[in-house]
Amino acid sequence: MDDLDGNAMGGLMQEIFGVEMTTAIETCAHCGNAAVVAETAVYLRGPGAVMRCPTCTNILMVVVRRQDMHCVDMQGIASLSPAGQTA
Amino acid sequence: MAGTAVRGRLTWQVSAVTALIDETASVKTIELQAPDWAGHLAGQHLDVRLTAEDGYRAERSYSIASAPGEPVALTVERLEDGEVSPYLTEELRPGDDLEIRGPVGGYFVWDGDDSVTPLMLIAGGSGVVPLRSILRHRSNLRSTVPVRLLYSARSLADVIYRDELDQEGAGVEVIYTLTRQQPQGWTGHRGRVDKSMLSEVAWPPDQQAIAYVCGPTPFVETVASSLVGLGYPAQRVKTERFGGIGGS
Ligand SMILES: Cc1cc2nc3c(=O)[nH]c(=O)nc-3n(C[C@H](O)[C@H](O)[C@H](O)COP(=O)(O)OP(=O)(O)OC[C@H]3O[C@@H](n4cnc5c(N)ncnc54)[C@H](O)[C@@H]3O)c2cc1C
Ligand SMILES: [Zn+2]
Repeated sequence: MDDLDGNAMGGLMQEIFGVEMTTAIETCAHCGNAAVVAETAVYLRGPGAVMRCPTCTNILMVVVRRQDMHCVDMQGIASLSPAGQTA
Repeated sequence: MAGTAVRGRLTWQVSAVTALIDETASVKTIELQAPDWAGHLAGQHLDVRLTAEDGYRAERSYSIASAPGEPVALTVERLEDGEVSPYLTEELRPGDDLEIRGPVGGYFVWDGDDSVTPLMLIAGGSGVVPLRSILRHRSNLRSTVPVRLLYSARSLADVIYRDELDQEGAGVEVIYTLTRQQPQGWTGHRGRVDKSMLSEVAWPPDQQAIAYVCGPTPFVETVASSLVGLGYPAQRVKTERFGGIGGS
C-alpha cells in the first residue's frame, strides 16, 4: 500500500505541460472511465513515474527522465484536458 | 495519445531555511525564505530536491503548512529508514539552502469561498499539514464557514500543532482519536477512524459538506470509502495520499 495518487505527480506534470494538471480530466483508453488526474493511482518507486486508471488499473502514463528531458508515454490515455477545457 | 519528449517548464528555485521548530519528537516545521515564490493556495504542496555530492538526486513532495500570504513552511515527519525525511528533520540548519519547486496542485485546495457548506477535514498523522494551512487561511480571512477536524494520531504526544489546534476559535471543532496510547482519563475517541466513528463525528451528508481527507494511503482509502458509504457524494470527498508512511 505505498501507492500514491495524482497529486504526487502534480509538480512533474506541471513541469511537462506548463499548466496545473491535477485538476485535468483524463479518459482511459482501455475502459473509457473519465477521472480527475488527482484521483488516479500513481507509483513513483520504480524507474519512472507511472499513472494507472483508478477503475481498471490500465497504465495511463509513464514518464521517464533522461538528463534534462522527460520521455512521456501516454498511449493509455484517450484524452487529457486541463480543467475548464473540453477534449 | 502519442508520446512526446519535452523540456521542463516549472523550475526549481533555491530557498533558505530561516527556522526549524520542534512539533513532536519526530516532526519538525521548516520555515523557508523563497525569494522567487509566487504565492500559494491553502492545501497545495511543493517538491523538495536533494542532490548528493556525486550528483545523485532524490525528490519528495511536502504540503505547505503555512497559509496563503505567509512565508513558506513545511512540516516533516521523520521516518527512521527514509531517504529524505531524516535529512530534513535532523541535518538541516537555519541558513542552509533547500531546493524547491512549486506551488503544486489545484485539486486538494480550499479557495476560501465561505459562501459554501461546512468543511469536514480528516487527517491521519502528518496528513494534518495541508489542513492546517486551510485552518489558518480560514482564520486569516475571518471566515465563518463551520469546520470539523477529525485528527487521528498515535498518541497525544504525536499530535502536531496541538497548541494551535486547541486555540481554534468559534466555528472550528477539533476532534482527536488516539490509536495507540491514550492518557489516563482520556474521554475522547480511541482507535482507527472507521465508518461508525465517522457517522458520529462527520457532518451528516444532508449538510452538503466538502470533505478533505489526507494521510497515509491506507488511512485515506478507508476514510474516503466510509464517507461515501455514509452518503457523501464521491465528488465531495477530496483525497490526498502520502503513501505507506508514518503514523496515524
Ligand atoms: C502530495 C504529498 C504531500 C506530502 N506531504 C507531506 C508532509 O506535509 N509531511 C510529511 O512528513 N510527508 C509528506 N509527504 C510524504 C513525503 O513525500 C515522503 O514520502 C516522506 O517524507 C518519506 O520520504 P523519505 O525519503 O524519508 O522515505 P522513503 O525513503 O521514501 O521511504 C518511505 C518508507 O517506505 C519504505 N520503503 C522505501 N523503499 C521501499 C520500497 N521499494 N518498497 C516498499 N517500501 C519502501 C521505507 O522503509 C520507509 O518506511 C507527502 C507526500 C505527497 C505525495
Ligand atoms: Zn481504465
